[in-house]
Amino acid sequence: MARNIIQKIWDSHVVVMKPGFPDVFAIDLHLIHEVTSPQAFQMLREKGLKFHASERAIATIDHNVSTALNRKIATAADSQKQITTLRKNCSKFGVKLMDMDSGRQGIVHVIGPELGLTQPGITVACGDSHTSTHGAFGALAFGIGTTEVGYVMATGCLLQMKPKTMKVNFIGGLEKGVTAKDLILKLIAQIGVAGARGHVIEYVGEIISAMSMDERMTICNMSIECGARAGLIAPDEVTFEYLQGRQCVPKGRRWVEAVRYWASLVSDQMAEYDQVVEVNIDDMAPMVTWGFNPGQVIEVTKKIPADADGQALNYVKLKAGQKIEGVPVDYVFIGSCTNARLFDLREAAKIFENRKVAKGVTVYVVPGSEEVMRQAKIEGLDRIFEAAGAMFRNPGCSMCLAMNEDKVPEGKRCASTSNRNFVGRQGEGAVTHLMSPIMAAAAAVTGKITDVRKLLK
Amino acid sequence: MQKIIKSKIVPLPRANIDTDLIIPANFLTTTSKQGLGAHVFARLRMMEENFPFNLKKYRDAKVLVVKKNFGCGSSREHAVWALKDWGIEVVIASSFADIFFGNALKNGILPIVLEDEIVEEIFVKEKKSEGYELEIDLLRQVVKMPDGLTSGFAMDPYHKECLLKEIGDLDYLLSQAKQIENFNKRHAGKIFFDTTIL
Repeated sequence: MARNIIQKIWDSHVVVMKPGFPDVFAIDLHLIHEVTSPQAFQMLREKGLKFHASERAIATIDHNVSTALNRKIATAADSQKQITTLRKNCSKFGVKLMDMDSGRQGIVHVIGPELGLTQPGITVACGDSHTSTHGAFGALAFGIGTTEVGYVMATGCLLQMKPKTMKVNFIGGLEKGVTAKDLILKLIAQIGVAGARGHVIEYVGEIISAMSMDERMTICNMSIECGARAGLIAPDEVTFEYLQGRQCVPKGRRWVEAVRYWASLVSDQMAEYDQVVEVNIDDMAPMVTWGFNPGQVIEVTKKIPADADGQALNYVKLKAGQKIEGVPVDYVFIGSCTNARLFDLREAAKIFENRKVAKGVTVYVVPGSEEVMRQAKIEGLDRIFEAAGAMFRNPGCSMCLAMNEDKVPEGKRCASTSNRNFVGRQGEGAVTHLMSPIMAAAAAVTGKITDVRKLLK
Repeated sequence: MQKIIKSKIVPLPRANIDTDLIIPANFLTTTSKQGLGAHVFARLRMMEENFPFNLKKYRDAKVLVVKKNFGCGSSREHAVWALKDWGIEVVIASSFADIFFGNALKNGILPIVLEDEIVEEIFVKEKKSEGYELEIDLLRQVVKMPDGLTSGFAMDPYHKECLLKEIGDLDYLLSQAKQIENFNKRHAGKIFFDTTIL
């Protein structure tokens, strides 16, 4: 029977299928961070269990790490304790930790791919909903809760019900200034924040094939924002080229073997899906969220809908029918597991070059990893950001989720490249507008939400 | 959990309540599961004086009733721990986000999906009647309204048994150790990444 790539990967990871029980499902790569792991390690201790396959796990510190220049110690004592706890746990259970200043620390969804750990055909689990990012490599990657983190630690497996599958086909071509971030926001606008609930998405289309891995990761990253269990893109030459030569990737004969296997991981021509969605991207403009969930999003050229949710408007202090372009911003955040890779920083830098951050606007540019930071410095991107008046900080989740010292103050408005504009997500009483890195850069230099295409001319 | 739970409800007639709202990230810096109940819905409780979790009359309610897509966003299990620590044992919604649904089951919180109209009706009736209570019968898989009407709900047999017997998935997973070992041997050739180099 014809199968799609999701079904192929699923089938190759079912360990036990028993009527009346969820499938015992194998996880190949386990990514760990400081926030959702302490209680899981504790469970291992309490039950006297061993870590099942520590050679297939790595850990890093990202959520509550400081991004300040001198960042050795987190400002909050409980955050510091969480970091220390992870260090102790990793050393006790034999898990490699990509600690600060190792040259490898960073946001867990940035470093997995960067080290070459995220590979086609594997299953990935992490106690973080944006684990779907790794799907960009043709991996099946699930965000899980802490209890499940403990299961993977103890057994290398999860109990899972087989997901439904959805094909999302982007049709058309992109205008200059419209990016991967805009495409995924457009999908969320179309199907809603729960539109893919219960499904794993496969993204297809000529535009996807033409994208770099960094852009593909942006798309897969936000799969969870339309409710999907995961999202992926079939591996191709772009994937293989990205992987070749990376640290954890095989060489020589084993590389040839790997590519042969990976290349087989595409959907069969006659494969069926539970749902097929077509997104027409011809003539679309850059997208901006106006409300308090990622589905409340419009093209920057449009007005906030007349029937917009009142509760959302009340929180963001905007009016129905108001133009989104021109809304002044106080903060700009370029970073997060959605948009903190080299491609994102390069694109943003093009907007900042020979321009100045608008008066009164605070701009954080936060690279996704120590490696991204190193590369950005080699290319001189840091100097472009700093010359414009933006801060170029140390890697971490930073201002995406208000659990470290990087927060948007109450009542302030932020143009952000992150993934969630929830109430208080970036700080108590702070308002978030999600957009692409170049749109955020345009907001930074103009001081207001601006159609970046005007700056590209 | 108990086979039958009879309790007042906390009505929260909103859709798309995300886990950031249930427990804001600044409370995630804990290394324990305890004590999160004090911070459940912290942001909304601060912003809205009359938020149901601020009202004394709902303090003992074990059943939370919400609209669609409850628990969307972050995978943080702290959201479930916080609700549980507060005293919530059942959440009724017109739909749940997948990760939250799984997390709830793993912590002995029963997530029940009822149709939109029934959820709306519960909101309306609760408003009108003092001491409104629902009876949740997990064994028979029905929610009984005060007027005697009942509404059935779906629950897969595996998770039903886990909830009723208060057993977790881990015992089942551990009992499959032999199969897992055999699988790993078969599967090793398909794993090409190597962490030992790090």
